[in-house]
Amino acid sequence: MIRFLVSRTIQGIIVIFAVICVMFAILKSSPGGPFRSERAISPEAMAAKMAHYGLDQPWPVQLWRHLVHYATFDFEESYLFAGRTVDEVIVSGFPVSAAIAIPALLIALGIGVPLGALAALRPNTLEDRGSTLAATLGICTPSMVLGPLIAMFFGLKLRWFNTSGWFDTTDWVLPSITLGIIYSAYIARLTRGSLRETLAQEFIRTAKAKGAGDFAIIFRHALKLACLPVLNFLGPAAAGLLTGSFIVETVFQLPGLGQFFIAAAVNNDHALATAISVFYAALIVGFNLLVDILQAWLNPRIRLQA
Amino acid sequence: MNSVSPMRAAWRRLMRQRINAFALGFLVLLVLLCVFGPMLSNYTQDQQDLELKAAGPSMAHWLGTDQLGRDIATRILHGGRVSLEVGILATAVASFIGVIYGMIAGLTGMKLDSAMMRLVDILYPFPFINFVILLMVIVGREFWIIFVAIGAVEWLTMARVVRGQVLALKNLEFVTAARASGAGFWHILWKHMLPNVIGTVIIYSSLMVPGVMLLEAALSFLGLGIQPPDASWGVLIREGANAMETYPWLLLYPGLFFSATLLALNILGDGLRDAFDPKSMSQQQA
Repeated sequence: MIRFLVSRTIQGIIVIFAVICVMFAILKSSPGGPFRSERAISPEAMAAKMAHYGLDQPWPVQLWRHLVHYATFDFEESYLFAGRTVDEVIVSGFPVSAAIAIPALLIALGIGVPLGALAALRPNTLEDRGSTLAATLGICTPSMVLGPLIAMFFGLKLRWFNTSGWFDTTDWVLPSITLGIIYSAYIARLTRGSLRETLAQEFIRTAKAKGAGDFAIIFRHALKLACLPVLNFLGPAAAGLLTGSFIVETVFQLPGLGQFFIAAAVNNDHALATAISVFYAALIVGFNLLVDILQAWLNPRIRLQA
Repeated sequence: MNSVSPMRAAWRRLMRQRINAFALGFLVLLVLLCVFGPMLSNYTQDQQDLELKAAGPSMAHWLGTDQLGRDIATRILHGGRVSLEVGILATAVASFIGVIYGMIAGLTGMKLDSAMMRLVDILYPFPFINFVILLMVIVGREFWIIFVAIGAVEWLTMARVVRGQVLALKNLEFVTAARASGAGFWHILWKHMLPNVIGTVIIYSSLMVPGVMLLEAALSFLGLGIQPPDASWGVLIREGANAMETYPWLLLYPGLFFSATLLALNILGDGLRDAFDPKSMSQQQA
């Protein structure tokens, strides 16, 4: 276990290191400096600005400084939000993304798992067909269509919620529902597939032979094994949601991390763009590790391998 | 028992399910419409009629017009062509990289294989969507960059799957026989491995197309993909979402076309998997 944790942590650090380097390479290949889009400023002011952010140094020095910043958790200043370090910007955007992501994940699990379980328990019946159809339709409705439709119906027609901005305490509802519905479709599909496979196995037959009821079979025996693929999906999905959905944050005009990343990309804020990508990668690495440990705990046949 | 080639047998199994045939028919019709529709239309996709502005469906404009008086039907078909082109080309790029990478890793084996797969492991958790957005911003929002950028980041799963197949194949007798009769690395790769992995490649490619189309639509929706006045479905949905309060059909029509296409692609992908996969085949017979 300790060997596993150490080796996975090292692998995670390699991933972060690689992300920083790739981001650096992409950003350095951009024509013009990070301040090219601003109003014409005097060469002296430009030089002062470049020097302020250390951009007058040769690139190996810049990359090295970059890495040192991340290694020591002493982060750089954002170019776009002058005066704030990138971790301060992330800390200001993260609560918005999280406030949408966490209810969205709960909605997705709350709809997806029962729907998939129902379909798996009654194969080739009306319930199965109906829930499979619903899941397929959910997968085929892109968030950029569903989001505006939900905004139009609940926001503009019924006037229950705001459709844009982050002012009221209920502003998380519509974006969470949008994301929750879409993710629930994937979860329903995964649950159905893996639960059906699990129910066909011999230990389930043994449990049935012992006289266990439907309820006990699902909750005591099958679900533990059947939720492995769902967990596999949830790890990266949670990381993606927590760093902000680009589409949904755009539709509902939310000041989350996704919007910050797009602003950083469009405005050549190299420091912030890198920081958000690294944050995202770190979350993915962390959640994948968590998922692996959970899976080994749920299914003792899985050995944790480095 | 009459002998049929594996391809033909898979085709028969695919067509046995009516819904697969229906999905394939829809897609063929859609491709034909998207390729030839804009040519046959009385309008071009960016032809404006400012007096008409946004109008509902009529005989002259079957699906109505947008705020600039552009014919929606023509724009949807034109946009569909762009979206499908990106979907197919990006999938082709990703499949090409993945297949070559996976076959070389699997067939060489040993140290190169583990090094190549370690690289895939490291790349897997990368925040690729961020890279694609940055590439679009920096390199430019041109058509070919979209599918190269998407293709360059979507090949990892294909590489893993193909490598797994090659590992299972390369110790079989026909490969040993080929090697014994002096076949070289590239000959075995090309003549013996490729024909055997092609079924898997078709399955995973067909499952990749809808994902890639969604990614293109997302980029265009964010204003980072296809640029107006050119249209893709992502662009049309973006324009529709902005105007949905007054002209809901501007969002609904392109959204419906896009969803229907994704649905057909998903059904066909699942159908292909069932048709090619012997495991699910035995389930059908049981």
